[in-house]
Amino acid sequence: MSATSTPDGSSLWRPKRAASKRVEALVKGIFATFAFVSVATTIGIVLTLIFETVSFFSEVPIWRFLTDRAWTPLFANKQFGIMVLISATLLTSAIAIAVALPIGLLAAICLSEYAPARMRRWLKPALEILAGVPTVVFGYFALLTVTPFLQKLIPGLQGFNALSAGLVLGVSIIPLVASLSEDAIYAVPRSLRDGAYALGATKRETIVSVVLPAALSGIVASFILAISRAIGETMIVTIAAGQNPSLGINPLVPIQTMTAYIVQVSKGDTPAGSLAYKTIFAVGMTLFLITLALNIFSYWFVRRFREKYE
Amino acid sequence: MTTPAPQPMDKSGFGATGKFNVSLSKRYKFDKIFSTAAWIATLFGLVILAVLLVDILIDGLGRINWAFLTSFSSRRAAAAGILAPLVGSVWLLIVTALVAFPLGVGAGIYLEEYAKDNWFTRLIEINIANLAAVPSIIYGLLGLQIFVRWLQPITNGRSVLAGALTLSLLILPIIIITTREALRAVPDSLRQAGFALGATRWQVIREHIFPIALPGILTGTILALSRAIGETAPLIVIGAVSYIAFLPELSPRGLQSSFTALPIQIFDWVSRPQTQFHTNAAAGIIILMVVLLIMNASAIYLRNRFQQNRP
Repeated sequence: MSATSTPDGSSLWRPKRAASKRVEALVKGIFATFAFVSVATTIGIVLTLIFETVSFFSEVPIWRFLTDRAWTPLFANKQFGIMVLISATLLTSAIAIAVALPIGLLAAICLSEYAPARMRRWLKPALEILAGVPTVVFGYFALLTVTPFLQKLIPGLQGFNALSAGLVLGVSIIPLVASLSEDAIYAVPRSLRDGAYALGATKRETIVSVVLPAALSGIVASFILAISRAIGETMIVTIAAGQNPSLGINPLVPIQTMTAYIVQVSKGDTPAGSLAYKTIFAVGMTLFLITLALNIFSYWFVRRFREKYE
Repeated sequence: MTTPAPQPMDKSGFGATGKFNVSLSKRYKFDKIFSTAAWIATLFGLVILAVLLVDILIDGLGRINWAFLTSFSSRRAAAAGILAPLVGSVWLLIVTALVAFPLGVGAGIYLEEYAKDNWFTRLIEINIANLAAVPSIIYGLLGLQIFVRWLQPITNGRSVLAGALTLSLLILPIIIITTREALRAVPDSLRQAGFALGATRWQVIREHIFPIALPGILTGTILALSRAIGETAPLIVIGAVSYIAFLPELSPRGLQSSFTALPIQIFDWVSRPQTQFHTNAAAGIIILMVVLLIMNASAIYLRNRFQQNRP
């Protein structure tokens, strides 16, 4: 078999070590670059926001951004009170959270503590379907189903309003709270529950005073992620809450959130470099900083209060 | 020294007999209320889901026919169809998958198989956790600035390519995380067996580890892509238009043409005041949900096959 013989005349097979090493280094280098893309994304987000925001604040003084009491950057009489958009965002988020936290947490308790194992296998994916519904669909639901329904109950409710947007937003984040809290509650070891039962506690008492405190860090982390999702959510509030920037906490009238403003400006053909173009980055920066602050708080809280079990 | 006289302790749980009163019936009643509330909360989400789906089916099912699927958008609601957004969504799906899958899987392989526990790995891990909490509309701003403006010579501005790249970055963290989980599930003995035979790390990964992890990776990728298909906000920000009366050609130039997508078209129809357009929106939602259902079903199918074949 001369075909298999190597240049030195031996008929033994020899691995191409040099080639293997080159491939190895190449693959490692390429994949490390791929891993760096996620870091580059963050850098890109931060630089993009900073660049346009600095440019925005060279035209609009920052104190006007913080103290103006109206938000009218697209009109002749320009005012840049970000508080108007922030208050609207907080209003819809607060309504959403008032819905999602109790229901999500109770659902998590039910899935982990009450539901039989076979039922749990069905219920959890079923709830996850709710999480997979695109938010534009929830927007349709809020505007065309929930609002007309609520208008029968509340006479003063307008067609666009913070209330139904907030309620549906809350429904959309229930699965997030339920799923993440359930993971935390499920991870609490059985021995803790048995200890509580041995002391004569009922099931509810065990859950409320032993299991939930033990799972606290995970539950709070899920809450904060839900809050941050509610603040950054776009389509439900854009479709159902309206495009009317006004300062106030009346949930029955149209408002405009930070995200809805970004959509409003993006839909028009705003030329790059104009002031309107820069405002969406300034609003985006505000949104980014709020969610970042929440995220850092969550990170700190989880590290500070995490219970470790062997 | 006199002992203090016993106080009446009814309120603190001791009855008139002086014995500890467990008041079991009261506590069990509270238990009953609590568990009922928990069940109601669990079913609440499912009931809302059912109401939403039934509502949309009632509104939109009658509107779906062949003409709706094969017509372009129109100013007249009755003549409007969903062809351009449907094709646009498929375009976005394919390009996003082609970009995000290799990037995410490569990054996942690097972090799980190559990287040691050093500052670079930790940086990426913290970073991925942070990216998960960044609102998707912020990705839109990133895409607008980088892909639409800076890379305009390549992407031709508000194009399919710019949209797909933005969506890729959005789902990249999810794909990296699922890849790492799938790789972690492969037993170490397989790697050691490969190394013992003199294979390099890449040979072991390519020939043995990756094929076993692939179903898990695909499941995660399909779920990530189904999220990308439903995303609306980032595409609006980078400038998807809702009225398109042509299909992008099947060539690299098609990548550079302007685009629309199912969620964008739905949003446009919902935003109009006329009821007929709302019917169109409901019909569009049905199509979108069917696409999502098919994707999710295939992910579940893959996951089940994967779990059955595990040794």
